[in-house]
Amino acid sequence: MKPMGATQEQYYRGVRMVPYDLVKELALALVGIGALVLLLSLFLSSPDVAPVTIADWAKSDPVDLVTTATEELAGSTTTAGYGQPYNSTPDAAQTWGPIAPQAWFGVRIPVDAADAFVLQPLQRASYSNTELGAALTTWHTAAADQQTGWLDAYTKALPDATVTDGKVSVASGDYGPLPVMMSNLLGIAQSGGLDGLLVINGRFYQTDYTQPLLFMGDGGYLGGLAEKANLTGSLWGMMNETGMYPGQTWLWLYTMWYQVFPFNSDTGFIGLNAGNADLGIVILMTILTIGLALVPLIPVLRDMPRWIPIHRLIWREYYAPSKGSARTT
Amino acid sequence: MGATSSFEGATPVKSKIWTLRLRQAIDRHLPMDHLLPDRQPYYVGSWVYVFGVITIAALVWVIVSGVVLSFMGPQWWHDSSLGRFFNSLHFWSVQLFFIFMVLHLWGQYFMAGWRHGRAATWMIGVVIFGISILTAFTGYLSQQNFDAQFIAINAKDAMNSGGIGAFFNVLNFGQMYGLHVMLLPIGVTFLVVVHIVMVRSRGVVKPIDPEGGAGS
Repeated sequence: MKPMGATQEQYYRGVRMVPYDLVKELALALVGIGALVLLLSLFLSSPDVAPVTIADWAKSDPVDLVTTATEELAGSTTTAGYGQPYNSTPDAAQTWGPIAPQAWFGVRIPVDAADAFVLQPLQRASYSNTELGAALTTWHTAAADQQTGWLDAYTKALPDATVTDGKVSVASGDYGPLPVMMSNLLGIAQSGGLDGLLVINGRFYQTDYTQPLLFMGDGGYLGGLAEKANLTGSLWGMMNETGMYPGQTWLWLYTMWYQVFPFNSDTGFIGLNAGNADLGIVILMTILTIGLALVPLIPVLRDMPRWIPIHRLIWREYYAPSKGSARTT
Repeated sequence: MGATSSFEGATPVKSKIWTLRLRQAIDRHLPMDHLLPDRQPYYVGSWVYVFGVITIAALVWVIVSGVVLSFMGPQWWHDSSLGRFFNSLHFWSVQLFFIFMVLHLWGQYFMAGWRHGRAATWMIGVVIFGISILTAFTGYLSQQNFDAQFIAINAKDAMNSGGIGAFFNVLNFGQMYGLHVMLLPIGVTFLVVVHIVMVRSRGVVKPIDPEGGAGS
């Protein structure tokens, strides 16, 4: 078989041509797919589980919110120690040998977790609240060691906290201004105020939810809901959808890598492990995607269609002995 | 051969009129009987050939439903049953678009559809597949519901680890929505048109010759 010539006429010379109505085929496909989409929409609808607000979180699991906010102040949450692009925490960015694209582009979306999620919202709320204002002054004027001591003590007390009428109480101890700060933050959150304070940007309009999503991601409440909905990474994560609906099933290969060695292993292989799985999988998927595009140039991959006789099913008529006379010349 | 003026008769002389040269180049490379042929080789008889057309049909419904949703704004489909219905049309047409695109891709792989000068057509098809995944991904992030929240929180780690998150912030609804309703659909649609023109300009590939190999 010769490569394609300058024109289709040359390419198809000697091939029997038969009538074929492409426009009718497209019209029928439009009608058929339209009808199928219509039926699926009418009978199955589409998923739309309401988003979780910080107010929901504060009302449903106030201890988790207070614990998360305390950890933000202590700098021990995921966001606080995330590294680029949110902050410059040393050695936090994922790397594989010298490959460290996360660090290469620096802090482009700065987020100071303690300040953004706790101190700034409290500061804004303290104008008409003298008790909170005094607590914040005490916090800001205290030495770092003192702040750490209060945080340690409060963090240790929180697992045994009790909730009464939505308020969180811990056993007596030396927590400095933290109980006042946290009860106020919880109250603001329960009223819905924190949802607004975390997206405030000094302008009227906003469309960036980086801060509230990072804060909620640091807590356990949203993750717990996701686990109940079978959305977590160990259950193939992002390709799932709430309910029984199909999600992004086309991400199956990407999500599959998180389930297998070395990306699910602490020890790993050639420096790839669960700790830098995101980077390793991004690199792997980039290579595989480029490989898919270059299949026509890659020996073995480009030859496999000839070895696997599926093409004989597709072109049954061409390969049928009785049609031999109709083959190309 | 360069473009010739229609006033030059049988003598091929390169025209200085760009418009004429463009028209003649189109006539030469993509005449109407190639763009809309009424005859095909006799072996074009398998259902596999229909997957590409069905993918285009699904894309049409994705765009139609998406245009209605974007016209009415991102809150509409949460607040009205008609909006929810149009979101369902969008959701299911996207699902069918991907199903038939993947079937088309596998079909073309087993037919070695890149042979005889068609490698660029295959490569652009893979690029369309990739951009479609990105378009759908930004759509899931633009849903403004629980799924969107959870996907954004999880996806940020992959994006950030590859350095992409510094410029493509999945937690920024405005950026994701803008990309989803404007730039990425334009990219997909443009490349699909290019893909179709490339397919039609060369015609369908011949069956694999048992002696010639897939790459022949």
